[in-house]
Amino acid sequence: MKSEASVLYDAPGPKAIRRDRVYNVVFSLAFLVLFGYLAYRMYRNGIFDERWLIFIDPPKGQDAVDVWLSLWRGLLATLTAAAIAAPIALLFGGLVAVLRRGARRRLLSGSAAVTTELARGLPVLLLMFLAKLVFGWSPLWSVVFGLVVYNAAVVAEILRAGLAALPKGQREAGLSVGLSSMRTTVLIEMPQAVRIMLPALVSQIVVLLKDTSLGYIVGYQELLRVVKLNRDYFGDYYTVPLFIAGALVYILINLSISRLAIWLEGRMRRSKHTVRNGDDSAAMHEGGAEASRLAANTGRAAEGRLGP
Amino acid sequence: MQTFIAEFGFIWGAFLATLSLTALSGALALLGGIVLAAFRVSPIGPLRTFATVYVEIVRNTPLTLMFFFWVFVAPAFGFVFPQLGFWPAIVSLSIYTSAFVCEAMRSGINSVGIGQAEAARSIGFTFGQTLSQVVLPQAWRSAIPPLISVLIALTKNTSVAAGFAFTELTASSQRLINANPVDGMWIFFGIGLMYLVITIPLGVLAGSIEKKVAFAR
Repeated sequence: MKSEASVLYDAPGPKAIRRDRVYNVVFSLAFLVLFGYLAYRMYRNGIFDERWLIFIDPPKGQDAVDVWLSLWRGLLATLTAAAIAAPIALLFGGLVAVLRRGARRRLLSGSAAVTTELARGLPVLLLMFLAKLVFGWSPLWSVVFGLVVYNAAVVAEILRAGLAALPKGQREAGLSVGLSSMRTTVLIEMPQAVRIMLPALVSQIVVLLKDTSLGYIVGYQELLRVVKLNRDYFGDYYTVPLFIAGALVYILINLSISRLAIWLEGRMRRSKHTVRNGDDSAAMHEGGAEASRLAANTGRAAEGRLGP
Repeated sequence: MQTFIAEFGFIWGAFLATLSLTALSGALALLGGIVLAAFRVSPIGPLRTFATVYVEIVRNTPLTLMFFFWVFVAPAFGFVFPQLGFWPAIVSLSIYTSAFVCEAMRSGINSVGIGQAEAARSIGFTFGQTLSQVVLPQAWRSAIPPLISVLIALTKNTSVAAGFAFTELTASSQRLINANPVDGMWIFFGIGLMYLVITIPLGVLAGSIEKKVAFAR
Protein backbone atom coordinates (compact mmCIF):
# COMPACT_ATOMS: atom_id res chain seq x y z
CA MET A 1 0.00 0.00 0.00
CA LYS A 2 2.64 2.44 1.15
CA SER A 3 5.04 1.91 -1.72
CA GLU A 4 2.46 2.36 -4.44
CA ALA A 5 0.88 5.34 -2.77
CA SER A 6 4.12 7.17 -2.16
CA VAL A 7 4.81 7.43 -5.87
CA LEU A 8 1.86 9.72 -6.21
CA TYR A 9 3.02 12.36 -3.77
CA ASP A 10 6.29 13.82 -2.48
CA ALA A 11 7.98 12.91 0.73
CA PRO A 12 6.27 15.51 2.90
CA GLY A 13 8.12 18.59 4.04
CA PRO A 14 7.48 20.38 7.38
CA LYS A 15 4.45 22.22 6.02
CA ALA A 16 2.92 19.13 4.44
CA ILE A 17 3.53 17.11 7.59
CA ARG A 18 1.62 19.69 9.60
CA ARG A 19 -1.17 19.78 7.01
CA ASP A 20 -1.39 15.96 6.88
CA ARG A 21 -1.55 15.85 10.65
CA VAL A 22 -4.51 18.22 10.57
CA TYR A 23 -6.22 16.15 7.86
CA ASN A 24 -5.55 12.96 9.82
CA VAL A 25 -7.16 14.38 12.92
CA VAL A 26 -10.08 15.89 11.00
CA PHE A 27 -10.91 12.71 9.10
CA SER A 28 -10.37 10.46 12.09
CA LEU A 29 -12.79 12.64 14.02
CA ALA A 30 -15.25 12.60 11.12
CA PHE A 31 -15.21 8.80 11.04
CA LEU A 32 -15.49 8.62 14.82
CA VAL A 33 -18.53 10.91 14.73
CA LEU A 34 -20.07 8.90 11.89
CA PHE A 35 -19.59 5.54 13.59
CA GLY A 36 -20.59 7.00 16.93
CA TYR A 37 -23.82 8.26 15.38
CA LEU A 38 -24.48 4.85 13.81
CA ALA A 39 -23.82 3.12 17.11
CA TYR A 40 -26.14 5.58 18.84
CA ARG A 41 -28.91 4.89 16.34
CA MET A 42 -28.35 1.17 16.84
CA TYR A 43 -28.57 1.72 20.58
CA ARG A 44 -31.79 3.71 20.17
CA ASN A 45 -33.21 0.86 18.12
CA GLY A 46 -32.35 -1.51 20.95
CA ILE A 47 -29.68 -3.46 19.12
CA PHE A 48 -27.61 -3.85 22.31
CA ASP A 49 -30.43 -5.06 24.57
CA GLU A 50 -31.14 -8.55 25.85
CA ARG A 51 -31.68 -10.00 22.36
CA TRP A 52 -28.05 -11.15 22.48
CA LEU A 53 -29.08 -13.61 25.18
CA ILE A 54 -30.20 -15.88 22.36
CA PHE A 55 -26.68 -17.30 22.38
CA ILE A 56 -26.77 -17.97 26.13
CA ASP A 57 -30.37 -18.40 27.15
CA PRO A 58 -32.72 -18.52 24.14
CA PRO A 59 -36.50 -18.20 24.51
CA LYS A 60 -39.20 -20.75 23.64
CA GLY A 61 -37.71 -23.33 25.97
CA GLN A 62 -34.72 -23.90 23.72
CA ASP A 63 -31.24 -24.58 24.95
CA ALA A 64 -28.29 -22.40 23.94
CA VAL A 65 -26.69 -25.60 22.72
CA ASP A 66 -29.53 -26.04 20.21
CA VAL A 67 -28.88 -22.63 18.68
CA TRP A 68 -25.13 -23.17 18.50
CA LEU A 69 -25.56 -26.68 17.15
CA SER A 70 -27.92 -25.57 14.39
CA LEU A 71 -25.49 -22.85 13.31
CA TRP A 72 -22.66 -25.38 13.39
CA ARG A 73 -24.68 -27.75 11.19
CA GLY A 74 -25.31 -24.89 8.77
CA LEU A 75 -21.59 -24.16 8.62
CA LEU A 76 -20.87 -27.84 8.04
CA ALA A 77 -23.40 -27.89 5.18
CA THR A 78 -21.74 -24.84 3.63
CA LEU A 79 -18.31 -26.43 3.91
CA THR A 80 -19.61 -29.76 2.59
CA ALA A 81 -20.93 -28.18 -0.59
CA ALA A 82 -17.65 -26.33 -1.07
CA ALA A 83 -15.56 -29.41 -0.28
CA ILE A 84 -17.40 -31.50 -2.85
CA ALA A 85 -17.48 -28.83 -5.53
CA ALA A 86 -13.91 -27.49 -5.28
CA PRO A 87 -11.97 -30.66 -6.22
CA ILE A 88 -14.36 -31.52 -9.06
CA ALA A 89 -14.17 -27.97 -10.41
CA LEU A 90 -10.35 -28.02 -10.24
CA LEU A 91 -10.26 -31.39 -12.01
CA PHE A 92 -12.59 -30.35 -14.83
CA GLY A 93 -10.97 -26.94 -15.11
CA GLY A 94 -7.54 -28.54 -15.45
CA LEU A 95 -8.89 -30.98 -18.03
CA VAL A 96 -10.42 -28.23 -20.15
CA ALA A 97 -7.26 -26.12 -19.93
CA VAL A 98 -5.15 -29.10 -21.06
CA LEU A 99 -7.53 -29.81 -23.94
CA ARG A 100 -7.45 -26.20 -25.09
CA ARG A 101 -3.69 -26.08 -25.03
CA GLY A 102 -2.62 -29.59 -25.93
CA ALA A 103 -5.27 -31.03 -28.24
CA ARG A 104 -4.12 -31.10 -31.85
CA ARG A 105 -7.64 -31.39 -33.17
CA ARG A 106 -9.30 -28.05 -33.65
CA LEU A 107 -12.72 -29.51 -32.91
CA LEU A 108 -11.65 -30.66 -29.45
CA SER A 109 -9.90 -27.48 -28.37
CA GLY A 110 -12.56 -25.36 -30.04
CA SER A 111 -15.45 -27.03 -28.25
CA ALA A 112 -13.57 -26.71 -24.96
CA ALA A 113 -13.27 -22.99 -25.64
CA VAL A 114 -16.98 -22.59 -26.44
CA THR A 115 -18.00 -24.56 -23.36
CA THR A 116 -15.97 -22.39 -21.00
CA GLU A 117 -17.31 -19.25 -22.64
CA LEU A 118 -20.91 -20.39 -22.16
CA ALA A 119 -20.40 -21.61 -18.60
CA ARG A 120 -18.79 -18.32 -17.60
CA GLY A 121 -21.51 -16.20 -19.14
CA LEU A 122 -24.37 -17.74 -17.15
CA PRO A 123 -25.32 -16.86 -13.57
CA VAL A 124 -24.46 -19.59 -11.07
CA LEU A 125 -27.96 -19.36 -9.66
CA LEU A 126 -29.50 -20.13 -13.05
CA LEU A 127 -27.32 -23.24 -13.28
CA MET A 128 -28.47 -24.29 -9.81
CA PHE A 129 -32.09 -23.83 -10.87
CA LEU A 130 -31.40 -25.93 -13.95
CA ALA A 131 -30.20 -28.81 -11.78
CA LYS A 132 -32.96 -28.40 -9.25
CA LEU A 133 -36.01 -27.72 -11.39
CA VAL A 134 -35.17 -29.43 -14.68
CA PHE A 135 -32.99 -32.34 -13.58
CA GLY A 136 -34.85 -32.66 -10.29
CA TRP A 137 -31.69 -33.00 -8.20
CA SER A 138 -31.49 -32.58 -4.45
CA PRO A 139 -30.61 -29.10 -3.14
CA LEU A 140 -27.06 -30.15 -2.20
CA TRP A 141 -26.30 -31.55 -5.64
CA SER A 142 -27.95 -28.60 -7.35
CA VAL A 143 -25.63 -26.30 -5.44
CA VAL A 144 -22.63 -28.48 -6.28
CA PHE A 145 -23.66 -28.58 -9.96
CA GLY A 146 -23.85 -24.80 -10.25
CA LEU A 147 -20.57 -24.33 -8.42
CA VAL A 148 -18.74 -26.96 -10.47
CA VAL A 149 -19.88 -25.76 -13.90
CA TYR A 150 -19.04 -22.12 -13.27
CA ASN A 151 -15.83 -22.59 -11.31
CA ALA A 152 -14.44 -25.23 -13.65
CA ALA A 153 -14.78 -22.70 -16.46
CA VAL A 154 -13.03 -20.02 -14.43
CA VAL A 155 -10.26 -22.39 -13.32
CA ALA A 156 -9.74 -23.35 -16.96
CA GLU A 157 -9.43 -19.67 -17.80
CA ILE A 158 -6.98 -19.01 -14.96
CA LEU A 159 -4.82 -21.95 -16.02
CA ARG A 160 -4.97 -20.82 -19.64
CA ALA A 161 -3.61 -17.45 -18.60
CA GLY A 162 -0.89 -19.26 -16.63
CA LEU A 163 0.01 -21.42 -19.63
CA ALA A 164 0.14 -18.34 -21.84
CA ALA A 165 2.51 -16.67 -19.38
CA LEU A 166 5.12 -19.45 -19.61
CA PRO A 167 8.23 -18.79 -21.68
CA LYS A 168 7.96 -20.39 -25.14
CA GLY A 169 11.11 -22.43 -24.58
CA GLN A 170 9.33 -24.71 -22.14
CA ARG A 171 6.98 -26.01 -24.80
CA GLU A 172 9.70 -26.16 -27.43
CA ALA A 173 11.91 -28.17 -25.11
CA GLY A 174 9.14 -30.66 -24.44
CA LEU A 175 8.37 -31.10 -28.14
CA SER A 176 12.05 -31.35 -29.07
CA VAL A 177 12.69 -34.30 -26.74
CA GLY A 178 9.90 -36.13 -28.55
CA LEU A 179 6.95 -35.64 -26.23
CA SER A 180 3.61 -35.30 -27.93
CA SER A 181 1.78 -31.99 -27.74
CA MET A 182 -0.57 -33.35 -25.10
CA ARG A 183 2.24 -34.79 -23.00
CA THR A 184 4.20 -31.58 -23.19
CA THR A 185 1.20 -29.73 -21.86
CA VAL A 186 0.51 -32.20 -19.05
CA LEU A 187 4.08 -33.00 -17.99
CA ILE A 188 5.99 -29.79 -18.67
CA GLU A 189 3.66 -26.82 -18.83
CA MET A 190 0.81 -27.60 -16.46
CA PRO A 191 2.90 -28.05 -13.29
CA GLN A 192 4.48 -24.65 -13.89
CA ALA A 193 1.20 -22.98 -14.78
CA VAL A 194 -0.47 -24.30 -11.65
CA ARG A 195 2.45 -23.03 -9.64
CA ILE A 196 2.38 -19.47 -10.92
CA MET A 197 -1.41 -19.31 -10.79
CA LEU A 198 -1.68 -20.79 -7.30
CA PRO A 199 -2.68 -17.47 -5.65
CA ALA A 200 -5.43 -16.95 -8.22
CA LEU A 201 -6.64 -20.53 -7.75
CA VAL A 202 -6.76 -20.11 -3.99
CA SER A 203 -8.68 -16.84 -4.44
CA GLN A 204 -11.14 -18.70 -6.62
CA ILE A 205 -11.84 -20.97 -3.63
CA VAL A 206 -13.10 -17.85 -1.84
CA VAL A 207 -15.45 -17.13 -4.74
CA LEU A 208 -16.68 -20.71 -4.62
CA LEU A 209 -17.22 -20.57 -0.89
CA LYS A 210 -19.10 -17.29 -1.22
CA ASP A 211 -21.33 -18.78 -3.90
CA THR A 212 -22.37 -21.68 -1.65
CA SER A 213 -24.62 -19.09 0.00
CA LEU A 214 -26.76 -19.20 -3.16
CA GLY A 215 -27.92 -22.47 -1.63
CA TYR A 216 -30.08 -20.18 0.50
CA ILE A 217 -32.19 -19.48 -2.59
CA VAL A 218 -32.43 -23.05 -3.92
CA GLY A 219 -33.41 -24.43 -0.52
CA TYR A 220 -30.14 -25.97 0.64
CA GLN A 221 -29.81 -25.69 4.42
CA GLU A 222 -26.47 -23.96 4.57
CA LEU A 223 -25.33 -21.34 7.06
CA LEU A 224 -27.43 -18.43 5.78
CA ARG A 225 -30.56 -20.57 5.48
CA VAL A 226 -30.03 -21.77 9.05
CA VAL A 227 -29.73 -18.16 10.21
CA LYS A 228 -33.04 -17.45 8.46
CA LEU A 229 -34.69 -20.56 9.96
CA ASN A 230 -33.56 -19.60 13.46
CA ARG A 231 -34.87 -16.08 12.88
CA ASP A 232 -38.22 -17.39 11.66
CA TYR A 233 -38.46 -19.63 14.70
CA PHE A 234 -37.37 -17.18 17.40
CA GLY A 235 -38.87 -14.11 15.76
CA ASP A 236 -37.81 -10.91 14.06
CA TYR A 237 -36.44 -9.52 17.33
CA TYR A 238 -33.44 -11.86 17.14
CA THR A 239 -32.48 -11.14 13.52
CA VAL A 240 -29.49 -8.93 14.30
CA PRO A 241 -27.47 -11.22 16.61
CA LEU A 242 -28.13 -14.26 14.43
CA PHE A 243 -27.16 -12.39 11.29
CA ILE A 244 -24.00 -10.98 12.84
CA ALA A 245 -22.94 -14.46 13.97
CA GLY A 246 -23.43 -15.83 10.44
CA ALA A 247 -21.73 -12.87 8.77
CA LEU A 248 -18.72 -13.11 11.07
CA VAL A 249 -18.24 -16.77 10.22
CA TYR A 250 -18.40 -16.10 6.47
CA ILE A 251 -16.08 -13.11 6.62
CA LEU A 252 -13.52 -14.77 8.91
CA ILE A 253 -13.26 -17.91 6.76
CA ASN A 254 -13.06 -16.00 3.48
CA LEU A 255 -10.65 -13.46 4.89
CA SER A 256 -8.26 -16.16 6.05
CA ILE A 257 -8.31 -17.88 2.65
CA SER A 258 -7.73 -14.51 0.95
CA ARG A 259 -4.78 -13.93 3.29
CA LEU A 260 -3.42 -17.35 2.34
CA ALA A 261 -3.57 -16.32 -1.33
CA ILE A 262 -1.73 -13.07 -0.62
CA TRP A 263 0.89 -14.89 1.44
CA LEU A 264 1.41 -17.43 -1.34
CA GLU A 265 1.84 -14.63 -3.82
CA GLY A 266 4.41 -12.86 -1.70
CA ARG A 267 6.30 -16.08 -1.13
CA MET A 268 6.32 -16.79 -4.83
CA ARG A 269 7.60 -13.34 -5.70
CA ARG A 270 10.57 -13.90 -3.39
CA SER A 271 11.12 -17.50 -4.42
CA LYS A 272 14.01 -18.54 -6.66
CA HIS A 273 12.16 -21.54 -8.01
CA THR A 274 9.47 -19.85 -10.08
CA VAL A 275 9.66 -19.72 -13.82
CA ARG A 276 12.02 -17.05 -15.09
CA ASN A 277 12.31 -15.34 -18.42
CA GLY A 278 15.60 -14.88 -20.26
CA ASP A 279 16.28 -11.62 -18.48
CA ASP A 280 15.74 -13.34 -15.12
CA SER A 281 12.55 -11.40 -14.40
CA ALA A 282 9.76 -13.51 -12.97
CA ALA A 283 7.49 -14.83 -15.72
CA MET A 284 4.59 -13.04 -14.13
CA HIS A 285 5.46 -9.39 -13.95
CA GLU A 286 4.71 -7.48 -10.83
CA GLY A 287 1.00 -7.11 -10.37
CA GLY A 288 0.37 -10.10 -12.59
CA ALA A 289 -0.92 -12.20 -9.77
CA GLU A 290 -2.88 -9.21 -8.56
CA ALA A 291 -4.53 -9.00 -11.96
CA SER A 292 -5.21 -12.71 -11.97
CA ARG A 293 -6.78 -12.50 -8.55
CA LEU A 294 -9.03 -9.81 -9.92
CA ALA A 295 -9.79 -12.20 -12.74
CA ALA A 296 -10.60 -14.88 -10.21
CA ASN A 297 -13.10 -12.59 -8.58
CA THR A 298 -14.78 -11.47 -11.75
CA GLY A 299 -14.54 -14.71 -13.70
CA ARG A 300 -12.50 -13.41 -16.57
CA ALA A 301 -8.76 -13.59 -17.03
CA ALA A 302 -7.07 -10.35 -17.92
CA GLU A 303 -4.81 -11.89 -20.52
CA GLY A 304 -3.21 -8.70 -21.76
CA ARG A 305 -1.68 -7.95 -18.40
CA LEU A 306 -0.27 -11.39 -17.73
CA GLY A 307 3.08 -12.67 -18.86
CA PRO A 308 6.02 -10.96 -20.45
CA MET B 1 -40.05 -24.07 -26.69
CA GLN B 2 -43.73 -23.20 -26.92
CA THR B 3 -43.75 -21.78 -23.43
CA PHE B 4 -40.78 -19.61 -24.23
CA ILE B 5 -42.55 -18.13 -27.25
CA ALA B 6 -45.95 -17.88 -25.55
CA GLU B 7 -44.49 -16.18 -22.49
CA PHE B 8 -42.04 -14.00 -24.35
CA GLY B 9 -43.74 -10.82 -23.16
CA PHE B 10 -43.16 -11.84 -19.55
CA ILE B 11 -39.58 -12.85 -20.27
CA TRP B 12 -38.91 -9.59 -22.08
CA GLY B 13 -40.11 -7.68 -19.05
CA ALA B 14 -37.77 -9.74 -16.87
CA PHE B 15 -34.92 -9.09 -19.29
CA LEU B 16 -35.52 -5.35 -19.00
CA ALA B 17 -35.62 -5.71 -15.21
CA THR B 18 -32.20 -7.42 -15.29
CA LEU B 19 -30.88 -4.71 -17.60
CA SER B 20 -32.12 -1.88 -15.40
CA LEU B 21 -30.67 -3.51 -12.28
CA THR B 22 -27.34 -3.85 -14.09
CA ALA B 23 -27.33 -0.32 -15.47
CA LEU B 24 -28.36 1.54 -12.35
CA SER B 25 -26.28 -0.39 -9.83
CA GLY B 26 -23.39 -0.42 -12.31
CA ALA B 27 -23.44 3.37 -12.51
CA LEU B 28 -23.66 3.75 -8.72
CA ALA B 29 -20.91 1.18 -8.16
CA LEU B 30 -18.65 2.94 -10.67
CA LEU B 31 -19.09 6.21 -8.83
CA GLY B 32 -18.50 4.64 -5.42
CA GLY B 33 -15.59 2.55 -6.67
CA ILE B 34 -13.74 5.56 -8.09
CA VAL B 35 -14.12 7.46 -4.83
CA LEU B 36 -12.90 4.40 -2.92
CA ALA B 37 -9.91 4.00 -5.24
CA ALA B 38 -9.00 7.65 -4.71
CA PHE B 39 -9.28 7.05 -0.96
CA ARG B 40 -7.04 4.01 -1.21
CA VAL B 41 -4.17 5.88 -2.83
CA SER B 42 -4.62 9.16 -0.96
CA PRO B 43 -1.95 10.54 1.39
CA ILE B 44 -4.48 10.79 4.23
CA GLY B 45 -4.27 7.80 6.55
CA PRO B 46 -7.86 7.53 7.82
CA LEU B 47 -9.27 7.60 4.27
CA ARG B 48 -6.85 4.86 3.21
CA THR B 49 -7.75 2.73 6.19
CA PHE B 50 -11.47 3.22 5.61
CA ALA B 51 -11.27 2.22 1.94
CA THR B 52 -9.04 -0.77 2.66
CA VAL B 53 -11.29 -2.12 5.39
CA TYR B 54 -14.40 -1.53 3.26
CA VAL B 55 -12.96 -3.39 0.28
CA GLU B 56 -11.59 -6.27 2.38
CA ILE B 57 -14.90 -6.82 4.15
CA VAL B 58 -17.14 -6.48 1.12
CA ARG B 59 -14.95 -8.65 -1.08
CA ASN B 60 -15.10 -11.46 1.46
CA THR B 61 -18.85 -11.23 2.01
CA PRO B 62 -21.19 -13.37 -0.10
CA LEU B 63 -23.59 -11.27 -2.16
CA THR B 64 -26.50 -13.29 -0.79
CA LEU B 65 -25.49 -12.17 2.70
CA MET B 66 -25.52 -8.56 1.51
CA PHE B 67 -29.04 -8.97 0.15
CA PHE B 68 -30.07 -10.69 3.36
CA PHE B 69 -28.79 -7.73 5.33
CA TRP B 70 -30.72 -5.10 3.39
CA VAL B 71 -33.90 -7.14 3.23
CA PHE B 72 -34.12 -8.70 6.70
CA VAL B 73 -31.61 -6.98 8.98
CA ALA B 74 -31.64 -3.31 7.98
CA PRO B 75 -35.24 -2.81 9.24
CA ALA B 76 -33.99 -3.63 12.74
CA PHE B 77 -31.62 -0.67 12.42
CA GLY B 78 -34.57 1.52 11.56
CA PHE B 79 -33.82 1.42 7.85
CA VAL B 80 -36.90 0.31 5.97
CA PHE B 81 -37.27 0.34 2.20
CA PRO B 82 -40.60 1.68 0.95
CA GLN B 83 -41.02 -1.53 -1.02
CA LEU B 84 -39.13 -4.78 -1.34
CA GLY B 85 -37.55 -5.94 -4.56
CA PHE B 86 -35.92 -3.26 -6.67
CA TRP B 87 -34.28 -0.86 -4.22
CA PRO B 88 -32.74 -3.35 -1.79
CA ALA B 89 -31.31 -5.08 -4.87
CA ILE B 90 -29.85 -1.81 -6.17
CA VAL B 91 -28.29 -0.99 -2.81
CA SER B 92 -26.84 -4.49 -2.28
CA LEU B 93 -25.45 -4.77 -5.80
CA SER B 94 -23.98 -1.25 -5.75
CA ILE B 95 -22.22 -1.71 -2.42
CA TYR B 96 -20.92 -5.14 -3.40
CA THR B 97 -19.75 -4.14 -6.87
CA SER B 98 -18.11 -0.88 -5.80
CA ALA B 99 -15.43 -2.89 -3.95
CA PHE B 100 -14.53 -4.68 -7.18
CA VAL B 101 -14.62 -1.44 -9.16
CA CYS B 102 -12.17 -0.03 -6.62
CA GLU B 103 -9.84 -2.99 -7.13
CA ALA B 104 -10.04 -2.63 -10.92
CA MET B 105 -9.26 1.08 -10.71
CA ARG B 106 -6.41 0.44 -8.34
CA SER B 107 -4.88 -2.15 -10.67
CA GLY B 108 -5.23 0.47 -13.42
CA ILE B 109 -3.47 3.07 -11.29
CA ASN B 110 -0.72 0.56 -10.51
CA SER B 111 -0.21 -0.10 -14.21
CA VAL B 112 0.72 3.53 -14.92
CA GLY B 113 4.47 3.87 -15.08
CA ILE B 114 6.15 5.30 -11.99
CA GLY B 115 7.92 7.84 -14.20
CA GLN B 116 4.59 9.47 -15.08
CA ALA B 117 3.76 10.34 -11.49
CA GLU B 118 7.37 11.32 -10.83
CA ALA B 119 7.36 13.64 -13.82
CA ALA B 120 4.15 15.24 -12.62
CA ARG B 121 5.57 15.71 -9.14
CA SER B 122 8.82 17.12 -10.46
CA ILE B 123 6.98 19.96 -12.19
CA GLY B 124 5.26 20.72 -8.91
CA PHE B 125 1.87 19.03 -9.23
CA THR B 126 0.06 18.32 -5.98
CA PHE B 127 -1.38 14.90 -5.18
CA GLY B 128 -4.80 15.88 -6.54
CA GLN B 129 -3.33 17.28 -9.73
CA THR B 130 -1.03 14.30 -10.26
CA LEU B 131 -3.94 11.94 -9.85
CA SER B 132 -6.53 13.78 -11.91
CA GLN B 133 -4.33 15.28 -14.66
CA VAL B 134 -1.69 12.60 -15.21
CA VAL B 135 -2.34 9.24 -13.59
CA LEU B 136 -6.11 8.70 -13.87
CA PRO B 137 -6.38 9.54 -17.60
CA GLN B 138 -3.82 6.82 -18.25
CA ALA B 139 -5.14 4.44 -15.60
CA TRP B 140 -8.55 4.51 -17.30
CA ARG B 141 -7.20 2.85 -20.40
CA SER B 142 -5.91 -0.23 -18.67
CA ALA B 143 -8.72 -0.22 -16.11
CA ILE B 144 -11.46 -0.49 -18.74
CA PRO B 145 -11.06 -4.23 -19.54
CA PRO B 146 -11.20 -5.29 -15.86
CA LEU B 147 -14.06 -2.81 -15.35
CA ILE B 148 -15.99 -4.53 -18.12
CA SER B 149 -15.28 -7.86 -16.41
CA VAL B 150 -16.76 -6.39 -13.25
CA LEU B 151 -19.79 -5.27 -15.26
CA ILE B 152 -20.20 -8.78 -16.67
CA ALA B 153 -19.99 -10.25 -13.17
CA LEU B 154 -22.57 -7.68 -12.07
CA THR B 155 -24.94 -8.72 -14.85
CA LYS B 156 -24.80 -12.29 -13.60
CA ASN B 157 -24.96 -11.22 -9.97
CA THR B 158 -28.30 -9.49 -10.52
CA SER B 159 -29.71 -13.03 -10.53
CA VAL B 160 -29.36 -13.12 -6.74
CA ALA B 161 -32.27 -10.66 -6.60
CA ALA B 162 -34.42 -13.63 -7.67
CA GLY B 163 -34.13 -14.95 -4.12
CA PHE B 164 -35.28 -11.65 -2.63
CA ALA B 165 -38.65 -10.86 -4.15
CA PHE B 166 -37.61 -9.30 -7.43
CA THR B 167 -38.69 -10.79 -10.75
CA GLU B 168 -35.73 -10.60 -13.08
CA LEU B 169 -34.57 -13.19 -15.61
CA THR B 170 -33.60 -15.97 -13.22
CA ALA B 171 -36.76 -15.56 -11.16
CA SER B 172 -38.80 -15.64 -14.37
CA SER B 173 -37.09 -18.89 -15.38
CA GLN B 174 -37.94 -20.36 -12.00
CA ARG B 175 -41.57 -19.38 -12.33
CA LEU B 176 -41.92 -20.59 -15.92
CA ILE B 177 -40.21 -23.92 -15.28
CA ASN B 178 -42.39 -24.54 -12.25
CA ALA B 179 -45.47 -23.84 -14.35
CA ASN B 180 -44.31 -25.83 -17.39
CA PRO B 181 -41.95 -28.55 -16.17
CA VAL B 182 -41.97 -30.36 -19.54
CA ASP B 183 -40.49 -27.36 -21.31
CA GLY B 184 -37.82 -26.85 -18.62
CA MET B 185 -34.77 -27.39 -20.80
CA TRP B 186 -35.97 -24.98 -23.49
CA ILE B 187 -36.83 -22.31 -20.96
CA PHE B 188 -33.38 -22.68 -19.44
CA PHE B 189 -31.71 -22.31 -22.85
CA GLY B 190 -33.88 -19.32 -23.68
CA ILE B 191 -33.16 -17.51 -20.43
CA GLY B 192 -29.49 -18.46 -20.64
CA LEU B 193 -29.40 -16.95 -24.11
CA MET B 194 -30.81 -13.68 -22.75
CA TYR B 195 -27.89 -13.49 -20.32
CA LEU B 196 -25.37 -14.39 -23.00
CA VAL B 197 -26.79 -11.63 -25.21
CA ILE B 198 -25.54 -9.21 -22.55
CA THR B 199 -22.38 -10.91 -21.32
CA ILE B 200 -20.74 -12.21 -24.51
CA PRO B 201 -20.68 -8.89 -26.42
CA LEU B 202 -19.26 -7.24 -23.30
CA GLY B 203 -16.59 -9.93 -23.11
CA VAL B 204 -15.68 -9.45 -26.77
CA LEU B 205 -15.55 -5.69 -26.24
CA ALA B 206 -13.24 -6.14 -23.25
CA GLY B 207 -10.98 -8.41 -25.29
CA SER B 208 -10.69 -5.97 -28.17
CA ILE B 209 -10.04 -2.97 -25.92
CA GLU B 210 -7.44 -5.02 -24.11
CA LYS B 211 -5.60 -5.71 -27.36
CA LYS B 212 -5.65 -2.02 -28.24
CA VAL B 213 -4.30 -1.02 -24.86
CA ALA B 214 -1.73 -3.80 -24.66
CA PHE B 215 0.85 -2.38 -27.03
CA ALA B 216 0.54 1.14 -25.67
CA ARG B 217 2.85 0.26 -22.78
